[in-house]
Order: sequence, then structure tokens, then C-alpha cells
Amino acid sequence: MTDTVISTLSQTHRRPWFWAFVASTAAFGATLLLTEGRGGGELLSAALTFAAFSAIVGIGQMFVITLGPGNVDLSIPATMTLAGTLSLKFMGGDAALILPGLGVALAVGLGAGTANYLLIRFLRIPPIIATLSASFLYQSLAIWSNRGLRIKPPSILADFTTGATLGVPNVAIVGLLIAVIAWIILERSIYGRWLSAVGQNARAARLSGVPVQLMFAATFIGSAVLASLTGYLLASFSGGAALNMGTEYLLISIAVVVIGGCSIAGGYSNVPGIWGGALLMFLIVSMLNSYGLGAGVRLIMTGTIIIAIVAAAAGKESSA
Amino acid sequence: MQPPAPGGHAPENPLVSLVDAHMHFGAVRALDGVSLTISPGECLGLIGHNGAGKSTAVNVINGGLTPTGGAVEYTLPDGSRATGAAARAAGIRSVFQELSLCPNLTVEENLRIPQHDLWGPGWRRIARKRIAKALDEVFPGHRIKPGMTVGGLTLAERQMVEIATGFAEATEPARLVILDEPTSSLDASIAHQLLDYVRGFCARGGAVIFISHMLGEVFEVATRIDVMKDGRITQSRPVAEFTQQGLIDAMGHVASVEATTAIREDAATRIGEEVLRTDEGLSARRGEIVGLAGLAGHGQAEALARFFMGRSSGPRHSSHPDVVFVAGDRARDGVMPLWSILRNLTLTHLPALTRRSIVDRAAEKVLGADWKRRIGIRTDDILNPILSLSGGNQQKVLFARSLASSAPIVVMDDPMRGVDVGTKREAYDMIRFEASAGRTFLWYSTETEEICQCDRVFVFRNGRISAELTGDQINEENILAASFEMQESTA
Repeated sequence: MTDTVISTLSQTHRRPWFWAFVASTAAFGATLLLTEGRGGGELLSAALTFAAFSAIVGIGQMFVITLGPGNVDLSIPATMTLAGTLSLKFMGGDAALILPGLGVALAVGLGAGTANYLLIRFLRIPPIIATLSASFLYQSLAIWSNRGLRIKPPSILADFTTGATLGVPNVAIVGLLIAVIAWIILERSIYGRWLSAVGQNARAARLSGVPVQLMFAATFIGSAVLASLTGYLLASFSGGAALNMGTEYLLISIAVVVIGGCSIAGGYSNVPGIWGGALLMFLIVSMLNSYGLGAGVRLIMTGTIIIAIVAAAAGKESSA
Repeated sequence: MQPPAPGGHAPENPLVSLVDAHMHFGAVRALDGVSLTISPGECLGLIGHNGAGKSTAVNVINGGLTPTGGAVEYTLPDGSRATGAAARAAGIRSVFQELSLCPNLTVEENLRIPQHDLWGPGWRRIARKRIAKALDEVFPGHRIKPGMTVGGLTLAERQMVEIATGFAEATEPARLVILDEPTSSLDASIAHQLLDYVRGFCARGGAVIFISHMLGEVFEVATRIDVMKDGRITQSRPVAEFTQQGLIDAMGHVASVEATTAIREDAATRIGEEVLRTDEGLSARRGEIVGLAGLAGHGQAEALARFFMGRSSGPRHSSHPDVVFVAGDRARDGVMPLWSILRNLTLTHLPALTRRSIVDRAAEKVLGADWKRRIGIRTDDILNPILSLSGGNQQKVLFARSLASSAPIVVMDDPMRGVDVGTKREAYDMIRFEASAGRTFLWYSTETEEICQCDRVFVFRNGRISAELTGDQINEENILAASFEMQESTA
């Protein structure tokens, strides 16, 4: 028993997600050093909230990237915006329509994911191009239906997304639940196996009886549905949908996958790393902010730190 | 002085002479002491089986490979002798079977690749003149323009361009041109133009090595025929001393008879009703081991892939597969490189080990341990990475992956490629055992010994079935006869 605990501990630093959490802790500590310990709770709460949004879209992106080289979903921002816009417009501030509104958002995700897959499968467009061009379509739909109006979410929903249960932000609880489900799918279910097989060698997977096309469809639809859920939560959290609300999540969704220690070449990924990467992305920015650095320096530092994390993780992997 | 080629004459001034050339790739002896000479005016027909060493011999002659033993010597245009990288300077050109043109470049631009003197302003003009002249001479009436992009040409036109490149004018004129299966995509009349040109080229003092499985063409054009087998030249005689049947006999070797009879004696009780029939004429019955034979690349692998893809789609296939696949090209079609041996082994059978979408990992381990014992995978821990195994043991895992499933039909795409003899024996036993339990095997193999283990054999030529052999008809002679084009090529 003690042996397994010790071996688990000594193995931990070899986990691909280890460095993302180390760096997050360091950034958290460095920020508190400046404030001399004040505001730690608030910072943690904010980090969990914003990381949850990144983590949910990041998990969707992780599944897509696991499918193998060239697979990435660039329509995540537009899908978020369209889902947020349409669901808030549908609810129109009416608390009775909160669940149907969620249904509208998820239906948008289902539709966008299906459209992405059909473009890839039947028009044989590479996923990067297919999702990028489709995203212009989704963004245009959002602009067309939004017409500059900012509709407030139902107040119960706004309270839920900004509130907390037992001190943990509700959004973070949703994000953690999704992470647990994603972990079970990836590590314990047959779909995780099939996904990894497709990502390693799609041809060999097909010849071994893996339903490759089903995996592609399910993965792209799953990514879009998670993006639309994030759009719904984020629009409610920030008091209304904005047309640029998804923009920064394009880069973040890919960055958290890489920082989390997943292979960009596909076939190999993990869920804890997504949360580690999401926390890090928020904490770095707030650390640099609290040190009062200008926007330019902040971007340079962010880039440098991400490169260092990825290099450290890669170095560990090859020496292990 | 070099020793004369076996059975041949020793000319005073050969263009190329190979003296006792050996070429070993690890344990594989691709060339095992080859001596041959080619003199101006000669057209040498080089024939032999898949893997007999023809391509290696060509690559040694053209300087692409340095032999691990023996010597290669060239005579330069000025009469001096040289070795090594002098092949190009000696005027030796190769036209390969696998088309080697760049599809994104034009015909004239492709000439730049072998001809390094084409550079500076106006090089395209010179290239255009050279390639157009060569095309006109070899294939009069062709419709290829030097400005056409190669990717837009038909397969036959690409082969014509490639051949013309071999004969095209250059700073060093072509003195020996090696043609490796030059007519494989050409129709009879175009092929005849080439044969006419080759005869003329030799009459003007050039030399040609002509490799083809179209024996009629070889007889028509060659002045001498060398037969290769197992990395050696077994016969070398003027063409008039050969007959077609004699050539086929010379290429073959006697298959091991004991293994053959052992597998066939229970055939009567083992084989049941017909379980598959494809449009192209492939059929098999329950418990039958059906072989797909013929020269490599004549459509066997494609036929298997088409059959597998046709029978393995649909939602039910994953959980109740009708047909499973054993890959021979392990890296491309089989192995999951990031996974353990266990995960690789259970991939196809996984749906049966799954309850409510969750993999039963205890049952998976039991299955893995069971197959490790049954087929003797040599590892101390089945959780080791698959890549820690030798090629033969990886192949065993791929066998187990398919055989662990419940599928009644097993498709095998040359699965013994690069596998040692011991593993082969074990695999043969495994196949026999599974066949007697009622499984049907479709087995493509490039090795005649394996084909002779089958109950029924389909021989492929040019993408079609050229013969169906059963029982005692299955022998090397019949397979070879059906693999090679027998009739004389006609104009």
C-alpha cells in the first residue's frame, strides 16, 4: 500500500500534465507575493471560473487533435458566438426558457459539428480549411441574428453562472464534471481506445475494424457541442452575447491542449493537462497584469513561458 | 583478367563488368556472387522471380548501390576503366519500373533531373529539343508535348516520357540503358515501337538490359538471356538456346513437398459451403485456405482491400465482424506504435470485451495472457510497448489481433514479409488449426512455398485473375506459367 503511494508520487513528475500544474502554482504564488497574500481567494475563484471556459472548449479541441495530424477545429469561436447569440435571443430574459435555451445552444453545436464533418467527409476538404471557412458562415449567422442588440440573460441564469456553491464557482463545477466525463470516455471507454487508434494510424485502425468515420463524426460534433455550451455559459456570465466573445478561445483551445502535454501529432492525450493548461493561461496573464507590465511585454512573456513549459514537458518525456 | 560469365562469352571490351558481386542487407543476401558483362551491341534479357535480385543487380550496375563484395567496373568513352561513381560518365542510364518523374513539373523540366548540364538561361529550350527528339525517335506518332505537366499525362504517356529520358541526348551519350519492366503500362503497338527502337539502338552499338515478365518481348528483343534466382545468375545463354517453357523451369525451384501434403490431406473433411464470391471471380468456401498468387503488384493486394472494405462497413461490423484483416506491411497497415502489446492485440476484439461502453480491463488482460501463451509472443510483460518486440513477434500480435475475433473470414495481405522461418512455421500451424475449426482464409503471398499450402489458388496478372488452380495443380510451374504473359507480343 505504502509502496504504491510512493511509486505513484515518484511517477507523478513524469505525467505529461505535471509541468502545467507546477507552472500554474508558481504563477499563483508569484502573484500573491506581490499582494503579500491578500486576495488569494478571489484570484483562485476567478482563475477557476475563467479556466473553466477554456477547459470546456479545450477538451473538445483535445478530442479533435487526438484524431491525428491536420485535425483541428477552428470553428470553435464562431460556434460559441452563434450559440450564445441565438440562445439568449430565444430566452429573451424569460427564466422559464432557461432549459429550452440550453437546448437551442446545444442544437446549434450539433448543427455546426455535423456541418463541419460533412464538409470534411463529402467535399474532402482538409479539417483546417473546412472548419475555418464554416466559421465565417456561423459568424455571419450570428451577426445577422444579433443586429447589434445585447439581450440580457434571465437573471436566475446570470446568478447561477456568476455564483458559487460551497465556495467553488458554479461554472468551475460544470467544467470539472465535463472533465471527469471526458476522462472516463478517453481512458476507460472503447471510444477512447478507438480515438487513440485512429490518431496513431487511421488506415491500420480501419483495417482492424475500428469505425473510423463514426469516430470523426462524433469527435467533430462533440467539439462543436462543447463550444456551444461554453458560448451559452459565457454569454450568461458576461451579461449578454457579444460578437467577439469567442475570439480569444481559438488560440486558447489549442494552447491548452499543447501545454497540457497532449501530442499535437495525435493519438496521445490526457484530460488533467487541459485544466492545468487552462489555469496557467489565466494565471500568467493575471500575474503579469499585477506586476504592471504593458501589453507588449505581457504578450512576449506569455509566449516565452508557454514555450518553456512545452519544452520542459517534452524534455521529460524523452528522458523518461 | 576477369572470369567469363557462366555460359557466356568473354568480350574484349565490355561496357560494364560485374565480378562476383555480393550485396547483403543485414541477413538478406540480395546478390550472392553475380558475374556478368555487357558489351556494345548486346541486349541482355534479365529475368527471374520476385526477389530474385534483378532490381538489386540493376542498382549495383548503375552505381546506386555499392556492392558489399566483389567489383563493378565501367569502360569510359575514352577507353579507360573506372569504378564507383563513374556510372553516369560511362553513359549508363536506368528507366525504373516505379515511375520516378515529378508529377508537378513539365516533361521538359523533368529532363533536368538526370541531366545536370541543363542550367542557366534558356535551359528549357535545350531540354525541349532533346526530349522531343528522343520521343519522336522512340515513339513516332506520340502526342506528348514537352510543355505538358507530367501529372496530366496518362500512365502510359508517363512511361513513354521516362523511357525517352533514358535515351535522350546529353553531354554523355547513352551507351547502356537499363529498362526495368518498361512495357508494364504500354499497350502492344507502343511496346512494339520500343522493341524496334531497342533493336536499332543495339545495332548502332548501344547496349540494353531488358527486364520484363513478358517473356514474348524478351525473346523478341534480347540477344542473350540471364536467369536470376536467389541472388545468383543460374543460366546465361544466347536467346536461341532457350524455349519459353525452359525459361519458366529455369526460374522455378522445387517447393517443399511435405508441408504441402500435410495441409491438404484433411481438406475433404474441412471444407464446407461457399461463403464468399466477388465480382472479379474470387471465391472461397468454409474452412478453405485460398491463395492469391502472381507477381507482386498485379492487383492481389487491391483485390483483398476491396473485398475487406466492402464487407466491413456498417454499424454492426465493429461488434460482429464478418471479416478481419492481417496486415503484412506492419508499419503502414497494422501496428499502433504508441500502444502496449496488449492494447495492440485486443483492438479488433475489443467490442466483445466492453460492457456499456466501458472496457473490461480484467477480461482484456486474461485474453492477452491467453494469446501470449498460445502463440508464444516473446516478452516478459505484455504491457511492454509493441515496438519493443522484433518484427516477427509484432507480426504474431497482428495475427492474434485478428484471430481473437469471432470473424469467419480472415484476409491476409502477405503477412510473412520479413518474418523468420521459425515464426513462419508457427503461423502455418495456426492457420491450419483455425481452418479446421471452420475459418476461411484469403491469403496473398509473394512466396510460392506459402501458396503451395493453399487448397485453391487464384493467380493474378495485370489486375485480373488469369488462372484458378486446385489440388495437385498447385505447383510452382503452373503458378509461374499463369503469372507470365505467354503469347508473343504482337504489333
